[in-house]
Formats: sequence, C-alpha cells, structure tokens
Amino acid sequence: MIMLIASLITLLGALFLFLGSMGVLRMPDVYNRMQAGTKATTMGSMLSLIGVGIATPEWLPKLIILILFILFTNPISSHALARAAHFAGIKLTDISLRDNLKDDETEEKHDA
Amino acid sequence: MRRVKAFIISYLILMGLWLILTGFYYDELIVGSVTAILVSLVFSNKLVILGDFRINPKSLYCSVRYIFVFLIELIKSSIDVAGRVLSPTLPINPGIVKVRTKLKSGIGRTILANSITLTPGTMTVEIRDEFLYIHWIDIKTDDIDTATEAIVSKFERHLEVIFG
Repeated sequence: MIMLIASLITLLGALFLFLGSMGVLRMPDVYNRMQAGTKATTMGSMLSLIGVGIATPEWLPKLIILILFILFTNPISSHALARAAHFAGIKLTDISLRDNLKDDETEEKHDA
Repeated sequence: MRRVKAFIISYLILMGLWLILTGFYYDELIVGSVTAILVSLVFSNKLVILGDFRINPKSLYCSVRYIFVFLIELIKSSIDVAGRVLSPTLPINPGIVKVRTKLKSGIGRTILANSITLTPGTMTVEIRDEFLYIHWIDIKTDDIDTATEAIVSKFERHLEVIFG
C-alpha cells in the first residue's frame, strides 16, 4: 500500500517534469520557457524525491535536504539566466504587452 | 551584534545539515562542529546578511505561516503552468512589469525574489533598489500599484515581520 502511494507520487512528479519540458518546447520565447522550466520542474523533482522518501523512509532526512537545496537554487539560477538573457538583448516575443525594464534602460541611456 | 547573530545562525544551519547527513556519532559530531565554526568564521563577511533575521515569537510564527503560504503558491503555480502548456491555444499575455517592495534588508529581498519566481506566472528578472522587474506570463494590469498588490503583497506581509 505504501509502495503504491509512493509510486503514485513519484509518477505525479514525473508528469510535472514532462509538462515542464513540454512547456520549454511550446513556449514562444526565452522568458516564457524559463517560467515553464522553473516551476513545473521544481514541483516535479520535489514530488519525485518525496515519493522516493516514502518508499524508503531511512533516506527521508537526506531527501528533505535535497528538496531544500532545489528550492533555494532553482529560482536563483532561473533569475540569473533571465537577467543575462535580458542584458544580452534577447527580445520578448511579439505578443508581449510591454517591457518596463527595457523602457527604464533606454530612459537611463537618454539621461546619461 | 549583527555579526554575532549571523555567526550563530550560520553555525546552527551548518550543524543541522551535518547532523541530518551523518547522524549522531561522537567523532563525526566533533569534526562537524569544528568545521562549522571554521566555515562560519571564514565566510563571516558574506554571511553577515543572515543577521537580519529577527528572532522573536512573532517572527517565528510568521516564518511558519510564510512556509505554508509559499508551499500553497508553489503547488498552484505548477498546476497553472501545466494547464497553460496543455491547452491548445497557449493562453499567454507575457511582458515585464515593474513592482515596488517595502523590504529593506538584502536577504529579505532575495527571499522575496525567489518566492516570486516560484509563484504562478511570475519570474524575477532584475532588482534595482526598491523596484523589482518581473516577467509576468499573463499581465492583468498596467498600474504599478495594482501589480504590486497582486504579485508582492502576499509574501511581503510575512517577510516584513521576519526581516524588516
């Protein structure tokens, strides 16, 4: 029974990971891809690890540390990638409504 | 005072990690505590931001509540992204919006930015002073205050008590 629950949770995690990678394929530009690639994969890897933890309870403490590391580092890496992409001048997709950061940057250049 | 607090907090975190990873063995406990003291001392310049933690009952209560708020938002956000990816029309109105934060401390802002990245449809691209530039997958408003209300406020409420 416990094995069944653990397997289901791990399967759910795998599903989220799959949806995340599908998002990376389907989204139109870097920033939207990063969104799909961060959120769904964070949840997916957390659920997979929790599933493994339920199946083998003696690993649970170490898996919780792994989950914490993923929670802290995943958003930072996606932030760094998005920031670098923006400063490298990669444009937002055409359907984007606006880009306040770019507006402020051009304003600063104008002032200087 | 701030440095001492930062030292104690970083020591406790390192020691906690070490205990969970190795278990309670006498020899490893000594090695772990010596290493934790050394690491906390050597990196005390960088770790001084940890000193912004306020330690009192109210902030502890808020930390616990914050963790729950955060987990619920995380679950909502993965389901949200999954829904968007699966729907055939790909319903997105993306763009980068600017919001304002009231938080002063560096670590408070860091945690706020990280939390925003993991909540539905938003991702922090850049921080400049008190302004955060956020990539929003489904823009609902043009106004900076309404955007702040929608994205930042639910976390800021708790983080304000914890870090100030």
